[in-house]
Amino acid sequence: MSLENTGVAHEEEHATMSKGRIWKVFFILLAITVVEFIIALGVPETVMPHLIRNSIYVILTLFKAYYIVAFFMHLKFEKYALKAGILLSLIFIIYFIVLLLIEGNYLNSHLTI
Amino acid sequence: MDTTAQLDEVKTTPWSGGRSPFSVEYGKLMMWFFLLSDAFTFSAFLVYYGAQRFSKMTWPDPDIVFQSIPGVTDHGAPLVFVGLMTFILIMSSVTMVLAVEAGHRNKKKEVIWWMIATIIGGLMFLGCQALEWTHLHHEGFWWGTIPGAEVLKELGSDAVSTQQFANLFFTITGFHGFHVFTGVVINIIILLMTATGVFERRGHYLMIEKVGLYWHFVDLVWVFVFTFFYLV
Repeated sequence: MSLENTGVAHEEEHATMSKGRIWKVFFILLAITVVEFIIALGVPETVMPHLIRNSIYVILTLFKAYYIVAFFMHLKFEKYALKAGILLSLIFIIYFIVLLLIEGNYLNSHLTI
Repeated sequence: MDTTAQLDEVKTTPWSGGRSPFSVEYGKLMMWFFLLSDAFTFSAFLVYYGAQRFSKMTWPDPDIVFQSIPGVTDHGAPLVFVGLMTFILIMSSVTMVLAVEAGHRNKKKEVIWWMIATIIGGLMFLGCQALEWTHLHHEGFWWGTIPGAEVLKELGSDAVSTQQFANLFFTITGFHGFHVFTGVVINIIILLMTATGVFERRGHYLMIEKVGLYWHFVDLVWVFVFTFFYLV
């Protein structure tokens, strides 16, 4: 791949991430974190049970991860092949999570430590 | 059309060779591959943490473990200090993107200033982490060490789960902190290269993007560490 080539492709690609957009993503990340804080500190256990609370945390975290990877790391504007190559590999991590949490749960109900 | 003529025809599809099918520079692609492998390492740590937590009957209450603001108060302020750390890291991620953005416009001065801001953010985060570790160490937490029975009662957890918590907390935040540290070192190298005009002569600031990817990844990992250690 010649350098001139990258230079040209480069300018087209990156017109998408302006200063305004950077700050917009920042405020989204900040807002999500503030919501997490409000849930953690302001909402009593009786109103929101543990399971729902934790599910909300995980969903909000995934939203934050999306904004960081898509915009800050610029993956949203890359070629489909690159996006697919990176994101499909995460299937292994999801599989690993499911596998070990089931295992942990099993130990919880079968061991007394 | 005979075979030779067919071979001579110029192919232009992305996968027909002669250029990167991903349209990214080689180094950037390699950075993505490295980050993917690093994501697997961090996932392995965090998944093990999750499995341990699922398997134990009790677990230390994070609102009680992390309730101090070093130098301000020793208790009663859960999430405040870590909130500050999160804010610092997100902020330094923003200054990093702004450095990348300035690089696209070939503005050397702006790149330098945003890189300096990013490095300061990274150092502030490391400072906060050092304070937090020191505080927890004073409380009695360390690898292989936990506080006495009275504190455990307050935490609502038994000795085994508290020990697992302590080991995993220091290992995972330590591994993350090590990434922040190497990120700061790499950022300083890139800052010096920018200042001495290496990228100016090269005609592009692609190196800023590559270290930027690494820096955002560190921020990304922190988002997960923050959720699973401090919130859940």
